[in-house]
Amino acid sequence: MKRLMLGNEAIARGVYEAGAKVASAYPGTPSTEITEYIAKYDEIYSEWAPNEKVALEVAIGASVGGARATCAMKHVGLNVAADPLFTAAYTGVNGGLVIFVADDPGMHSSQNEQDTRLLARAAKVPVLEPSDSQECKDFTKTAFEISEQFDTPIIVRLTTRVAHSQGLVEIGERADIPLKSCEKNPSKYVMMPAMARKRHVVLEERLAKLAEFSDTTSLNRIEWGDRKIGVITSGISYQYAREAFGDVSYLKLGMVYPLPEKLIREFAAGVETLYVIEELEPFIEDSCLKMGIPVKGKALLPLIGEYSAGLIRERVLGKKQEKLNSIEEGIPARPPVMCPGCPHRGLFYVLKKLKLTVTGDIGCYTLGAMPPLETIDTCVCMGASIGMAHGIEKARGQEAARKTVAVIGDSTFIHSGITGLIDIVYNKGTSTVIILDNSTTGMTGHQDNPATGFTIKGEPTRQVDLAKLCQAVGVDRVRVCDPFNLEEMERIIKEEVAAEEPSVIISQRPCALLKNVKFNGLLMINTDKCTRCRMCMRLGCPAIVDRGTHIEVDPALCVGCDLCTKVCRFNAFERVGGDHA
Amino acid sequence: MRSTSIMIVGVGGQGTLLTSRILGTVGISTGADVKVSEVHGMSQRGGSVVTYVKMGEKVHSPIIERGEADILLCFEELEALRWIDYAKKEASIIINTQKIDPMPVITGKAKYPENIVEKIKADYPNVVTVPALELAEACGSIKAVNVVMIGVLAKRTHIPKETWLDAIRKTVKPQFVDLNIEAFKKGYSL
Repeated sequence: MKRLMLGNEAIARGVYEAGAKVASAYPGTPSTEITEYIAKYDEIYSEWAPNEKVALEVAIGASVGGARATCAMKHVGLNVAADPLFTAAYTGVNGGLVIFVADDPGMHSSQNEQDTRLLARAAKVPVLEPSDSQECKDFTKTAFEISEQFDTPIIVRLTTRVAHSQGLVEIGERADIPLKSCEKNPSKYVMMPAMARKRHVVLEERLAKLAEFSDTTSLNRIEWGDRKIGVITSGISYQYAREAFGDVSYLKLGMVYPLPEKLIREFAAGVETLYVIEELEPFIEDSCLKMGIPVKGKALLPLIGEYSAGLIRERVLGKKQEKLNSIEEGIPARPPVMCPGCPHRGLFYVLKKLKLTVTGDIGCYTLGAMPPLETIDTCVCMGASIGMAHGIEKARGQEAARKTVAVIGDSTFIHSGITGLIDIVYNKGTSTVIILDNSTTGMTGHQDNPATGFTIKGEPTRQVDLAKLCQAVGVDRVRVCDPFNLEEMERIIKEEVAAEEPSVIISQRPCALLKNVKFNGLLMINTDKCTRCRMCMRLGCPAIVDRGTHIEVDPALCVGCDLCTKVCRFNAFERVGGDHA
Repeated sequence: MRSTSIMIVGVGGQGTLLTSRILGTVGISTGADVKVSEVHGMSQRGGSVVTYVKMGEKVHSPIIERGEADILLCFEELEALRWIDYAKKEASIIINTQKIDPMPVITGKAKYPENIVEKIKADYPNVVTVPALELAEACGSIKAVNVVMIGVLAKRTHIPKETWLDAIRKTVKPQFVDLNIEAFKKGYSL
């Protein structure tokens, strides 16, 4: 039976069919749905871990424990998990260990555009790369086999367009993979210098064997067509190349590390002009050049952003799609915005008013950098807001800390903010940290986390008490405030920023998109009362619109959160149908 | 088999993801190869969102490029204008006559373009406008805008009506089936 599946759903299906037993992950676009779909299979234990490093360690543990295990993350998540990865390459596995890493060329939802293949090569871990949903499932199963055959962790690399495209997938049965025995084996699993030196030798021997395997596996295949042009490609780029070049010859790589050198030489010898089509880094191209094979790739196509068949046609074949219309209109951009009713809006309104320097973090609230709120001054990586606020204080003195706050979401704080907070306390900092506790992991689509009190399966669990946690690491000043209580929030922020000791403000209000969040009903503007002072426009609420002649509320967007009523000095916002409608 | 490329453009939060699921389900039931490409994550937060649905004998790239779309299903006028280059000259262009100001317009940095539909009609012969928001409201929920739009689209394909209704029944939550079927019929009757 064939079903239409998202690449990420097909991965989950592959994990299921491969008989895997344990999956751990931290959400990150475009990888999140892998674990969400895995969680639908009761045969697999699944969990959200606090961060990718823990997730990978759980998966390594499960593998050592004899089960097929897996872990999924976005590209930058692999940086967090790099520490266990580099040494797991030395220990190897017991049960198969497959790590899914989703890159985001074009940065649809990411802070950088790094290429996982480079990190995998540095870690000396093999990499498979599927091109569509069917391959997502098939390669996942093959990855478990390779992992066990070669005693190695293995990465399946995705990109946004594979992870978030739906394609047809043939469904199979779940394999019954018995738990392997789990025996004490310190020379394999205890990586102290004496053992690790021996394991490094094993790792290099393994890589040589994997290179031989790469030459013979059906994951890598030649599709002979017109031999005037040969294209070496993998992943989504294969699909774009097929559309752009049509019936030429292809070397379609499913295993991109180690590369199949013999196969590449055979292919290169069989075609006249050789192109390498790969998004991001010239990973395949550089290897070809190193082998002395002349190829054309990055000289024609960019290192930056996503490719498409049209881009390849234009840059490689010189065929540009002509414009079909005469419309020459400046089109205003539509950047993402905080949703109507978003709890972050109240907080950023106050922060802007107070003209503070704000070190930001990764989540919906990063949108606080955009006009009109424009409060966030930095955003680097998960957890960075806190360390950076501390760094600013240490560089510029305590005075700077009187004008600076760090803002970080609840899930991000658990991920890697708590360590920064400990740094502040331990090293006598006086920074103020605001935890935006919206009771969920918002940006990635509402996953539970240790601070929500529910597991990935929606089961109640012990909830991390953020206030107690902060107190326990030595923060004496911990305050909790509703960000829609603008006056109180302003007063508390002023007090805590002024305090010459570390403080934490928990800005607590659930995400407006959560099902249990109910508001009081639509608002409208009474134009008799409205003076067009535009105070409400400073909120950056997408539902409040200036029509030129008057300001109005878009009833299709307003959720009735009432924040605007708190900034309007003329009481011009009124509930549609009255307060008791 | 004739291949069909459908682009769905709108504003994050307008329900374009459900639309693509329904279209995908319809695609499979016709026996075609189908690919649907979506964007999740940050762009979904009120940003410009585009979804591609491609059906045919064999679909390689999940992406639709400039001048390739047979159908451009536009949930919002400015987004119709933004993506118009992607439509074929003879494409069916279905535009929900709803305007959502983007933040640069709200903050006064840019102006919402005027007479969008007229400008598009000047260059493309097959443009249909739909007051989908009002039609959805009449069915009981403004959230049904997406299914009204599917109804309008369905009428312009050769796929039987029952196939579409089946896909809606399979895709939406049971408690919303009746509402969505009504919304579909409203769109289909246009």
